[in-house]
Amino acid sequence: MSDNRPRFGPPHRPPPFLERGTYIQRRVMDAARLLPLLGVFLLALPLLWPAGTEAAPATSRTLTYIFGVWTVLIVAAAFLAYRLGRGEGARGRDAADG
Amino acid sequence: MSTLNILIAVCATYVIFLFLIAFMAERAAMRGRGHWLRSPVVYTLSLSIYCTGWTFYGAVGNAARSGLEYVTIYLGPTLVMVGWWWVLRKLVRIGRTQRVTSIADLISSRYGKSNTLAVGVTILAVIAITPYIALQLQSVTLAFEVFANEAAAEAGTAIGQAQDQTALWVALGLALFTVIFGTRNLDANERHHGVVMAIAVEAVVKLTALLAVGVFVVWGLGGGVSATLERIDASALGHWQMNGGRWVGMTLLSAAAFLCLPRMFQVLVVENDDEGHLRTASWAFPLYLMLMSLFVLPIAVTGLDLMPVGTNPDTFVLTVPLSQGKEGLAMLSFLGGFSSATSMVIVAAIALSTMVSNHIVMPVWLRVSGGGAKVSGDVRHVVLLSRRLSIVGIVLLGYFYYRLSGGGEALTAIGLVSFAGIAQVLPVLLGGIFWRGATRTGAMAGLTVGFGLWLYTSFVPSFGAGMVFSEALLSHGPLGLYWLRPEALFGIQGMDPTLHALLWSMSLSTITFFVISLITFPAPLERLQAAQFVSIYQHTGGPRSWTGGVAQTEDLMIMTQRILGSHEAQALFQREARRQGLSGDLPEPTPEFLELLERELSGSVGAATAHAMIAQIVGGMQVSVEDLMAVADETAQIMEYSARLEAQSEELSRTARQLREANRKLTRLSVQKDAFLSQISHELRTPMTSIRAFSEILRDSAELAPEDQVKYASIIHDEAIRLTRLLDDLLDLSVLENGQVNLNIRQGRLGAVLDRAADAAMASEAGRKLTLVRKAKSEDFVLTTDLDRLSQVFINLINNARKYCDADNPRLEIRVFRGEDRIFLDFVDNGTGIAAEARDLIFEKFARVSDQRAGGAGLGLAICRQIMRRLGGEISYLAGESGAAFRVILPAEVAMAAE
Repeated sequence: MSDNRPRFGPPHRPPPFLERGTYIQRRVMDAARLLPLLGVFLLALPLLWPAGTEAAPATSRTLTYIFGVWTVLIVAAAFLAYRLGRGEGARGRDAADG
Repeated sequence: MSTLNILIAVCATYVIFLFLIAFMAERAAMRGRGHWLRSPVVYTLSLSIYCTGWTFYGAVGNAARSGLEYVTIYLGPTLVMVGWWWVLRKLVRIGRTQRVTSIADLISSRYGKSNTLAVGVTILAVIAITPYIALQLQSVTLAFEVFANEAAAEAGTAIGQAQDQTALWVALGLALFTVIFGTRNLDANERHHGVVMAIAVEAVVKLTALLAVGVFVVWGLGGGVSATLERIDASALGHWQMNGGRWVGMTLLSAAAFLCLPRMFQVLVVENDDEGHLRTASWAFPLYLMLMSLFVLPIAVTGLDLMPVGTNPDTFVLTVPLSQGKEGLAMLSFLGGFSSATSMVIVAAIALSTMVSNHIVMPVWLRVSGGGAKVSGDVRHVVLLSRRLSIVGIVLLGYFYYRLSGGGEALTAIGLVSFAGIAQVLPVLLGGIFWRGATRTGAMAGLTVGFGLWLYTSFVPSFGAGMVFSEALLSHGPLGLYWLRPEALFGIQGMDPTLHALLWSMSLSTITFFVISLITFPAPLERLQAAQFVSIYQHTGGPRSWTGGVAQTEDLMIMTQRILGSHEAQALFQREARRQGLSGDLPEPTPEFLELLERELSGSVGAATAHAMIAQIVGGMQVSVEDLMAVADETAQIMEYSARLEAQSEELSRTARQLREANRKLTRLSVQKDAFLSQISHELRTPMTSIRAFSEILRDSAELAPEDQVKYASIIHDEAIRLTRLLDDLLDLSVLENGQVNLNIRQGRLGAVLDRAADAAMASEAGRKLTLVRKAKSEDFVLTTDLDRLSQVFINLINNARKYCDADNPRLEIRVFRGEDRIFLDFVDNGTGIAAEARDLIFEKFARVSDQRAGGAGLGLAICRQIMRRLGGEISYLAGESGAAFRVILPAEVAMAAE
């Protein structure tokens, strides 16, 4: 649905600086890329907790933590999806970001 | 028995309801009213086939056994969905651009449309998914068993051996549903609206069921959220006890399986209608997964509390409500599990049957049926039949695995074996879409190593000791090689078996894949596809892979009709012909058309087969170095194209210039001809008039002085001579032009010829005094030619100089010099010369440089040119001299022969 770039014409050279809207759009994409990494980090954290001993946190707390992280990820993903969708409508193409 | 009967009735109603839903969705899609079928919500819900019967029942069992570990199975896909911008977006784009029909098709297409690779992935998928289908059958059977036991306990009778029959009936029912809705048509892009709609409904049912049980457990039995949490903390699962390796490993495994499972690929990529749906699913599907897993732990803890020790925790979802007398809830829960199991089997069977039929059955059939692609006759029924048989075969294979394995093992364990098997595709898949250096050989090697290790360390041992691997082999290794023990490879002991298998198979297959890719060189087609896949956002145009002209459109038409059906094929060909601007039904086999056709066909039979079929007609793929360069550097292509255009336009403008020149000359000639006609009439009329006038005087005037008589008679005589000369010239010219002249070849010195010509030209008293400049030495050689004719040319030239040279002291220089193979005689005077625009006309008949100086009829130079042509030479105007200059050229042999 994107990439209606003309196939003939002078070689496409992206401009060095982008206008504000496009710049922000790029950062939203960066955020979309970083979100799963944040998720991996947050979900790996429980591994550092003491396990199997008396000092181990109660399951209810772990449960709350994991589902909390889960919810944060979902909300963040929904926000980014909304922003990306709006950007897609405005820009219509994302040829240069791949 | 009433509960069981009601259950069977509810189940049957539910199945009929699903059939209706699927049927209506198909009808709506066919009538083009299916917009709501392609909404992001339906797409998200269809992804829920990830949550199978295994998830539905097994997650609770897993939680009851090992606490929070069950969430890893959901966390992996969550991370993949949240990170859709990395992988899924690219996969979907590739799938849509390349018209991929399955994961095997994607991999085969990426690695140079290699069917071997597709066959490998297909076999791997079938072997890995079979246990998973068995698992679904087992879960449904297990659920039935729960109700049967309940009923038996009520009635006080023993239950019969109905389990196997249950599984068989379920398997047959699923196969029937899949055949009906999965192979209704050979959709060009493999979308099944009916099936997708049905599984979306099932997704809602299973979520509702699990949530209902969860709500019942938390608020109905547990007394609220905080009370339930306290109960969890108080139970055996009350403390965080996580094996770090399993936590990470299971998350990774489920993420890998989410990407690689054929059924997930089917709903994620193949059934995707719009990339935008992925955006919605990126958060909506994690939400679905979270809701699915929200109540798992409370149900497990409650089950452990309430149920007698020894109850299978996998059935807690059913047994807990049943034990509380909530049969309706249990029924709903059963339907949820049933939905989970059936939707998985349906989609998995569709995905696998597509792979089996496209990559195994069709290539074999095409080869066996002889004639190949050019034979006429519809093969669609063959494709459909092979798919239907594949579906039945795959479901039955699952059933036999279930019978064979005895259905005893915990659900989760079989599921993980499956996951680990299909995850072997991941390195090849990710390498293929992110790394241009991945080669076919590398992919083959990586897959082989991973597959082999998975079989050895995970799949075969999963049958249990004594089934295939003996007890001794498992505990002491093959042939006593201790460090090759299947479940403790290279001496790593005490590790979780799934993790152990995953570690070895994934690491070694990845290493093999990369190393072999590094040391092998890809074929041209592989490199083209690699560029296409890796830079999918840059290149959306297809590769210039086919060279047209060789293909016979009619053969292509015959082949396409067999696969798409004659109606669709004709429509496609007509559309293309119109697009190419042709009037007939058959388009030119341009590379663009061949690419389009290949994509269309690959939607039905897979990329490798479509490619092979077209190759059969077109005569092989012709990827040259130029093609590769053209893909690598599009600018080169553009430059080449524009250079060609430039050359063409230059040639056109050259031709146009020549045409304009010719036209100008023709116009001038026409003007000249008109001028000549009046001129010649005038020329003939003037002497005639004087002859008539003087002859009338002589006739009518009797007493004329004798001197007057002589005078008038001589005037008449002179005018008659002038007339004769004019007519002679005309005659001479026409003779020369018609080539009827006889040459009188003689030998003579050039100097003598020039002398004679000069004398003859100077003899007439008309004209001015002309000085001749000559170099006797240069003229001193003998010619063998028609000397009279040659001197006629010279006389004409000298005469012209006398008549037209406008200098005060007219001078004519005659330069003679000999070139390599020709002799040049230049006649150059010191006048103003001839205007450039008149130069090419002076040799035409009746040409006059100016009208004022009418000295002759304008035939002289025309005659000269004709003479020189006859003599094998030429005469031309010599530009670049100060005055009028003519160059006479004689062939050298005219002189050579004399020496």
